[in-house]
Amino acid sequence: MLGVAPEFFTAGNLRDMLLGNAPLLLVATGMTFVIIVAQIDISVGSLFGVTALACGALAKHGCPLALLPLVTMMLGAALGAMNAGLIAFAGVPSIVVTLATMVIWRELLRWVSGGAWIEGLPANFQWLGLGQSAGRLLIIALSFAIFLFLAWGSRYLWLARAVFATGSDREAARVAGVPVRRVVFWVFVLMGALTGLASFLNAVRFSDVPANSGLNLELKAIAAVVVGGTPITGGKGTLLGTLLGVALLGSLGPALVYLGINPFWEKAIQGAIILFTVPLDAFLSHRRQHEAVV
Amino acid sequence: MLLNNVVLQANEIRKSYGGVHALKGVSLTLEQGEVHALAGENGAGKSTLIKILAGATQADSGQIHLNHELITHNTPRRARSLGIGIVYQQPALFPDLTVAENIALAGESSSPWRRVNWKARRRLAAELLAQVGARFSPDALAGSLTTPEQQLVEIAKALDAKPSVLILDEPTATLGEQDAENLFRIVRQLQAQGTTIVYITHRFDEIFRLANRVTILRDGEWVDTCKVRELTRSSLISKMVGREVKSVFPAREKKTGGVALEVHRLSCRSAGLRDVSLKVHYGEIVGLSGLVGSGRTQLAECIFGLTAKDSGEILVAGKAAVLDSPRHAISNGIAYVPEDRRKHGLVLDMSIAANTTLSSLSKISHLGMLKLNIEHQSAGDFSRRLRVKTPSVDMLAGTLSGGNQQKVALARWLMTEPKILILDEPTQGIDVGAKAEIYALMNELADRGIAILMISSDLNEVIGMSDRVVVMANGEISGELSHAEATPQSVLRCALGYKECVLEGQGV
Repeated sequence: MLGVAPEFFTAGNLRDMLLGNAPLLLVATGMTFVIIVAQIDISVGSLFGVTALACGALAKHGCPLALLPLVTMMLGAALGAMNAGLIAFAGVPSIVVTLATMVIWRELLRWVSGGAWIEGLPANFQWLGLGQSAGRLLIIALSFAIFLFLAWGSRYLWLARAVFATGSDREAARVAGVPVRRVVFWVFVLMGALTGLASFLNAVRFSDVPANSGLNLELKAIAAVVVGGTPITGGKGTLLGTLLGVALLGSLGPALVYLGINPFWEKAIQGAIILFTVPLDAFLSHRRQHEAVV
Repeated sequence: MLLNNVVLQANEIRKSYGGVHALKGVSLTLEQGEVHALAGENGAGKSTLIKILAGATQADSGQIHLNHELITHNTPRRARSLGIGIVYQQPALFPDLTVAENIALAGESSSPWRRVNWKARRRLAAELLAQVGARFSPDALAGSLTTPEQQLVEIAKALDAKPSVLILDEPTATLGEQDAENLFRIVRQLQAQGTTIVYITHRFDEIFRLANRVTILRDGEWVDTCKVRELTRSSLISKMVGREVKSVFPAREKKTGGVALEVHRLSCRSAGLRDVSLKVHYGEIVGLSGLVGSGRTQLAECIFGLTAKDSGEILVAGKAAVLDSPRHAISNGIAYVPEDRRKHGLVLDMSIAANTTLSSLSKISHLGMLKLNIEHQSAGDFSRRLRVKTPSVDMLAGTLSGGNQQKVALARWLMTEPKILILDEPTQGIDVGAKAEIYALMNELADRGIAILMISSDLNEVIGMSDRVVVMANGEISGELSHAEATPQSVLRCALGYKECVLEGQGV
């Protein structure tokens, strides 16, 4: 890559890629915990759309800018809590719950917005009123700060230990006194909160909010987590892996442009990466396990 | 040694995993129609040896001859078709398929597109089940059967291939006395038909009752093969551990205090418990005996808050306690080491350290943050104290042998500093050395004033360890015996539900 298209590695291009993928990083971070706790959330794309539109509408109707990130995050957390309650306490499988909410929220969005974009946002909305370069820096810094905190927390917070235990062997965790249902609940709430915040950080980059925000975001997030080495069966995984997954999948589109390959191939190559890395990981960990057995 | 009736001969089998030598050149000769016991502590290499015979793993070197013909490229399917059958310790049936389907699947060897003759399969399954003395229908779902019943299906599966050598890996580990008797009957019957049985067990009684010869392994090496009638218990133990073991059950001076745990007229319909009352005092070891399915484990799960009770009370230190979840039980000072440590006792994908601290995370954390150095240190302390054999507490719990896993499960609960410790089959499937260590530890804990309720199917263990034995049958308490009154006969009588034992045993 360095040899073929050195201009790919210019500071401006790298910064744009960081910026474009910062929201995905936040969503994939939440998704990593969801998958580690042995669940799945395919509603995040729709949830992202709902919070993005709500954020735009609130800004348009005079909600103070300082409150906006907090409000979108809370809204995301509240929507996440709806998933969470049904999954953790009513015992409905997460794939069923989030499939339902994925459809419901997306349709609700279409119905409320009528497909119209939210335009005419206040002047200080874009780039948080800081101007482009400071706004960019803030978005990237905030995303990475949250990512780093959770990456640290996944090792040092006892809650994260409970997440790993629950995802690895739910019954054993319950016998050990881990409050497994509450753990699952809070993981989905975190997922919602991160998605809400991500939608805000994404929305402020543009002058209007499109009606179909977050479409297919769940696929990108799950792909990044899985490519990052977190097994879909849960109990294991690292946020560093997810970061690499986001970097790999997120840089693919721009890289193709620089290599002069038709961007039409992006999805196909993404699929190939998933198909190639996941079985490889399964194969390697299988072999490791077999060597460890005495 | 070339005998005519040698069925199977394994020579100089070597196998290592990573850098660990599981087998260092072990040989085994099986004669036709004998019951050949394999004895040795956990980690001695018994399991590896039988896995190689059954084709589940490949030896690094060495040969296996079956009926004087060399077996090459052994696989489970090939071993089965050549006449080596195996029944592993843990039944591995497809729970959503019927018994007949499970048996048929194992025997299926022709094209996957062939039409299935269900009638014939069902008839065959019924015949095999009758042969092993099973009393359930071949149409029952495998998942609906109890563990002993599932084991019978596994044996039926193995017999379907008409094996000349049948390997049984700790077949009685999960069985109660009655089911074990049925198994012994099957073994004798097969032996009479000329089948050679390889029998792995940790229970000496079974070796002396069933086996003709025994091969003893220690640390992956062959120690001896001898006729069972030339052996005594202590000579067998000393061959296994390489040293004389005086008494398995250490003596203890009993000093009991007030009532730690009182169960008062507890009933739970879903768990099949009726009107159960019992007391455990501080510093006392109470053995809870009974056949498998008598409600012992269900009672423990009810006390620990894993299942909800319908009526009755549980008193901790004289006060009624609300025990709705394991968390409540833990905060009331109750600890529970469950029976099936592979299933629920440990999180096998997590490290030994993380498993040790999982129930006491608040002790090693501050403001929700874990202090990993303190975790490492205290997990290390516990694994040294309990003599867990591992290079590091960062190893995954799943890499340990059964006995060491049990020690880690114990370490976790000791770290919660319990006042009441419930142990469900604490020594099931673990070797003599680890057993003795666990017994010594139980005595030490009781001496420190902890109340211990020990569920066990091993009569010797119940009688040897308990200050008092409570026996259950059909979800009820069927008797209570003091240490002096408890004999294998009296305990078994209670377990079978005879009322006389209650008369002699009551009023403790």
